[in-house]
Amino acid sequence: MRSDRRSLRHVFRETVCVPNSSSAGRRSHHCGGRRSDMSSEMTAQEVRLCGLLLQEHFGDVVEKVGTHLIRSGVLTLRALAHETKLPLDLVKKSLCVLMQHGMCAFGAGRRGPAGPVEYHIICERILHMLRYPRYIYTAKSLYGDTGELIVEEILQRGQMTMSSTVKTVADRLTHNMPEGQSMDYSEVVSAFSRLVETHFLQRCPPMASAESSSSGADNTPLPAVTQPTEPEDHPECYKLPYINLTGQGKRRRSSEDGEADPRAAKKAKTDSSERGDEGIYWQVNFQRFHLHFRDQAIISAVSCKLDQTSSEIVRTMLRMSEVTTPTHAAFTQALSANEIFRALPSSYNIARPILDQYLTLLVDDPMEFVGKTGDSGGGMYVVNLHRALANLARATLESVVQERFGSRSARIFRLLLRKRHLEQKQVEDFAMVPAKEAKDMLYTLLSENLVQLQEIPKTPDYAPSRTFYLYTVNQLPTARLLLQHCYKTVGNLIERRLYETKENKRLLEKSQRIEAILASLQATGAEAAQLTEVEEMITAPERQQLESLRHHINKLDSSENQVDETIFLLESYINSTQAPR
Amino acid sequence: MAGSRGRGRSQFTFNVDALGFGRGDSLPTSAQTPSPLFPPMQFRPVPLQTGEEVDYMLALKQELRASSKNLPFHIKAARTKTDVARYSDKYQNGELKNNCIEWSPDWSRMPKELCIKVRKPRKTAIGAKPQLKQKPKVAAKKEEVLQKLETLEKREEEQHSEEEEDEEKKKQNDEEEGPDADEDYDEEEIEDVRKKNHYNLIDNILQSLWCRHLRISFFLRFFQTQKEMSYVKKNIFFCVPQSKESHMV
Repeated sequence: MRSDRRSLRHVFRETVCVPNSSSAGRRSHHCGGRRSDMSSEMTAQEVRLCGLLLQEHFGDVVEKVGTHLIRSGVLTLRALAHETKLPLDLVKKSLCVLMQHGMCAFGAGRRGPAGPVEYHIICERILHMLRYPRYIYTAKSLYGDTGELIVEEILQRGQMTMSSTVKTVADRLTHNMPEGQSMDYSEVVSAFSRLVETHFLQRCPPMASAESSSSGADNTPLPAVTQPTEPEDHPECYKLPYINLTGQGKRRRSSEDGEADPRAAKKAKTDSSERGDEGIYWQVNFQRFHLHFRDQAIISAVSCKLDQTSSEIVRTMLRMSEVTTPTHAAFTQALSANEIFRALPSSYNIARPILDQYLTLLVDDPMEFVGKTGDSGGGMYVVNLHRALANLARATLESVVQERFGSRSARIFRLLLRKRHLEQKQVEDFAMVPAKEAKDMLYTLLSENLVQLQEIPKTPDYAPSRTFYLYTVNQLPTARLLLQHCYKTVGNLIERRLYETKENKRLLEKSQRIEAILASLQATGAEAAQLTEVEEMITAPERQQLESLRHHINKLDSSENQVDETIFLLESYINSTQAPR
Repeated sequence: MAGSRGRGRSQFTFNVDALGFGRGDSLPTSAQTPSPLFPPMQFRPVPLQTGEEVDYMLALKQELRASSKNLPFHIKAARTKTDVARYSDKYQNGELKNNCIEWSPDWSRMPKELCIKVRKPRKTAIGAKPQLKQKPKVAAKKEEVLQKLETLEKREEEQHSEEEEDEEKKKQNDEEEGPDADEDYDEEEIEDVRKKNHYNLIDNILQSLWCRHLRISFFLRFFQTQKEMSYVKKNIFFCVPQSKESHMV
């Protein structure tokens, strides 16, 4: 089905230089302090990356508004329009777009409900845009093409009602089916319900009305300021509305009578209000996808380190504790070996004692993915989620050092991670590296800030001859440093791609035009001679240039996806170390 | 401490071996320029991952990027008119306006101050079809119009006195309609081409009127919008032969 989508769509845009100077935004005193997970302190690299992502998806205007709002923290509409020097209408439109996608939230300002509304940006939602292909691919692998299209539609539009999603997806599927067939709405509805049941989709939180405490105030039916709430607080977060939706997807014909469209459009508008789910919007539950990715990472690590059967056991354990484990738990609920044995997929015919051996192996493994918490029921086992994340992050750090500085530097780095503090002499001895080279490597790592120096004075006057200088590595700060490097990397990749596209803009335009001409010629049935004549309008060296450009852009895009995987691991690790809210 | 400046001058206070070079060795050359923008790498980077999954996600990413340009969420600032206003501006599709939003969000979920006019989608494909259908329709319409005119003509003698009042009222209504004209224009953009044909029809009517002795005020009652009225007023003297002018006015 995707074969028609494989052709590269060339896009070009002028590179916009995002100014890199930023002081940390002032901390937002957020409306009642409800959303404590929102830190308005964004690093310069994160702000730059957010700006590039906004520009790519929503254009220059939204990018300008968004980056300014990130830097300033919290602003009212008037202040924002004044400071960005954009017309008020454009600012309003941009804020609407950002709110539709859940990237901007509003709340009562500092002057209380009577004052103007203040807006702030939720930065992590913008950074999630980098991961959209991964979300869509996961939905496809779990729920097929229907699920994939549902998630894609909702991601692109921010939030949608169930009925409009079902209709759009059915139409899209019908469009790709052979002539005469069409997709029934009920199939799409069932895929949607499965996504909601497994919590991949959730309702957008309803607006709680701000209390109008002033007595004798005018009785307006709609409150002037509505407060958003957390989606999970709402008890009906995952409840499907009852909608009366029957029918099939419509095939949109290109030669359709123009007059039919306004009628159909009007009908669609009145239909959605009759469907019964007006005002109930659905959004993608990113948290749930992240848990899924985390589980996948753990399972693949186990299968790399041990073997396929162990990974299946861990997968079973994770699957069983999916619903019972709270989101920020350090480890899953304890499962007894008997339960695990019963829940194993039937394709794995392993005997009970073999399972016990595997579990013992998993527990003894230095990676500490699985831990034993008791002996009842044949042994109670848990998956240590936070420790697994820490180990995965550590492996990432070690691999980065290895690829950048060589295996001996990596050996020194690993040594320091394990032994915490070591003197220069000790490093040379333990790592079995000659003194001069060890010094060299240590200084290189020190200059890259991957290794820190700790001074321990013997005397109060910090005399250098009487002080111990110990090298040390702290995993958490190093992970944060690496995460910032990753953001910078993705920013650089995007800018390079924009530059490449801009450089070859003329050529890309020409090739697009020729493609359009060819398509129209083919549609009207031209002879082969005419087609070859048009094709020859692109000369051979130009063709080569186009080919190499396509290759470069593919490589840059692919790198972005891959760096995003590292970003996800490091972010999950850092979030797991922070205290749960 | 301070006194040892003369005595232990060439002594370092720490163990020199720890630095990694001996006493007599020359120091490494100091850096004269900032480090290069693309420093040479010691090791080649690991090749990218390959596989079907990777290719699929790559295709997805490029598609999402391309399709997001076509969604209404992609906001472009309206082009400011730098030079002379051109006739073709009216008929070009890319008319963007800052004060309307191209999609309709749920305003109950957003603060009231963000509420902006929603622009209805323009259907530009309509243009081709009505041209063919209008010609036979024109004749039919003309007949209707002429019939209506006849009935109105009969009523004219009866309602002679009311005409002046009506004319004044209509003028007042038209003035009120003036500020709303903009919105009318927006909503009627869809029927732009139909309007052109409509005016052709009016021309036809006007031409056929030369044999009918109708007052202009009476005739104007037939037309409702400001646009049509002004068009008629402008063109009435062109369509009607000069000799009958006095009767018409």
